Amino acid sequence: MPILHRNRYLTTIFAGLSDVSISGDIPVEGEINVPVGTPSHDDEYSTLDEPVKDTILRDLKAVGKKFVHVMYPKKSSTLLRDWDLWGPLLLCVTLALMLQGGSVDSKEDGGPQFAEVFVIIWFGSVIITLNSKLLGGTISFFQSLCVLGYCIMPLTVAMVVCRLVLLGGSGMVSFIVRLIVVTASFSWSTFASTAFLADSQPSNRKALVVYPVFLFYFVIGWMILTFSPSA
Amino acid sequence: LAQTSGLINNLRSEDTTLSYQGTGSAVIDMENTDDTSGSSFEDMGEMHQRMKEEEEVAEEAEATEEETGEDGEFLGMKGIKGQLGRQVADEVWQAGKRQASKAFNLYANIDILRPYFDVEPMQVRNRLIESMIPIRRIHFPQKIAGELYGPMMLVFTLVAILLHGMKTSGTVIREGTLMGTAIGTCFGYWLGVSSFIYFLAYLCNAQITMLQTLSLLGYGLFGHCVVLFVTYNVHFHSLFYILWLVVGGLSTLRMVAALISRTVGPTPRLVLCGTLGALHMLFLLYLHFAYHKIVEGILDTLEGPNMPPIQRVARDLPVVATAAMNAVNATVKTLGVILQSQ
Repeated sequence: MPILHRNRYLTTIFAGLSDVSISGDIPVEGEINVPVGTPSHDDEYSTLDEPVKDTILRDLKAVGKKFVHVMYPKKSSTLLRDWDLWGPLLLCVTLALMLQGGSVDSKEDGGPQFAEVFVIIWFGSVIITLNSKLLGGTISFFQSLCVLGYCIMPLTVAMVVCRLVLLGGSGMVSFIVRLIVVTASFSWSTFASTAFLADSQPSNRKALVVYPVFLFYFVIGWMILTFSPSA
Repeated sequence: LAQTSGLINNLRSEDTTLSYQGTGSAVIDMENTDDTSGSSFEDMGEMHQRMKEEEEVAEEAEATEEETGEDGEFLGMKGIKGQLGRQVADEVWQAGKRQASKAFNLYANIDILRPYFDVEPMQVRNRLIESMIPIRRIHFPQKIAGELYGPMMLVFTLVAILLHGMKTSGTVIREGTLMGTAIGTCFGYWLGVSSFIYFLAYLCNAQITMLQTLSLLGYGLFGHCVVLFVTYNVHFHSLFYILWLVVGGLSTLRMVAALISRTVGPTPRLVLCGTLGALHMLFLLYLHFAYHKIVEGILDTLEGPNMPPIQRVARDLPVVATAAMNAVNATVKTLGVILQSQ
């Protein structure tokens, strides 16, 4: 049926409905309950009206809770349910700032070091996410980015430790200490992220998803290990 | 509105079918479409839109009827506003439809690659091992797996190994970044040489698809990864040459045998396999020497070419030895400072 005919058909239905009328002297009994819609408005106004400090603290608490989940990786779904990208951004910027200025020609490499780390982390995460989706994973794009970003935290801690160790000198002992610290934190990162990511894959393909994650954290860990501040 | 949409469903159920399959994909049966537009989904949307507009127009007509006596000029404006409103609503609907179809196409593009990632870990492991074993049966076409997971992971591994090699050899990239160079080199080789080989295969009438060349060349990089991983850490030139011939040669022979089995005629075979063999072996040579020779070239000119290999690559010492040397230098300097101050 063309649209015009259909519309006329429907308007006749409406016209028919409007013809129905009730005479005034028949008493009608019953209850009229108006659904209370105002509380939702109140909620919106209350989060809009609250002071900025409350909003920031609430967000910081959420980020902090997720950090705790990464440090003790149990199979919980908090990281997946309320994903956010603040934590990954903070970690990425911290790591990139700390890795800056530590290479052969310090005059030229201050800038590219920061950009390199940023690009490696974000493009690496995107590629791992695409790979896990193509392998048939049920996790969403941003959830995966969130998990991978938060699991960089052990490596950031290792970076801080390495910097402190390097303050004491760059000898054989410090190299071995740094190697142990970086290896431990890199395996912790890989283990933590697979605890969250591997659940979303069919069981026989977990190795296929774990390998790119391993490579990703390995590259970041190796960048931390070979970091040496210019004298 | 819910009742009327139920009515619409009853009206339309004979005409078209709309079914959902699984998660995130909709199959729209376009067999019995109307004369108005392409798919029933759009038609339903148009129906809703027209109904909303009719309601809006009816409401505005009532509003204008109430205010008849007040402002004659205002009536004209309200009439125009009604029409404008309808046109704006139409355009908003069209724009929304266009964006939705664009988003759907983007999602569908990822789905195109999905069958090429359908592998098991055992399959990947077997294919990695097989990529080093040439098969000598060339009288009927050899089977080449068409998957992209293994090749992509191998290219990324090669990028990581290359990065390590560049750092330990102290390469300084003036315009660009180390990471960009490594990624560009590896992906450029994989995609570029695959396309070139596919083009040559098209010219030489070989039976091979683009996916198969990508897969073949990708798995051929496994040999490169192994050789570079060993020789970036252990700096013996003779070791590199032996590994280059043996490992590089095996993986090249495997690819060459697969190509020969799919080509007819001696000249096409020679052209295709000669090109592939040369490019593959030369790439390994390039990767080893490009980030090695910078330092060596300088040392060669200073000390001459007759020094034994170990002493020629003073800057390529592993990190531990460099750290030890730094520690020794630091202690000597501090001793000197202490002696001077006294």
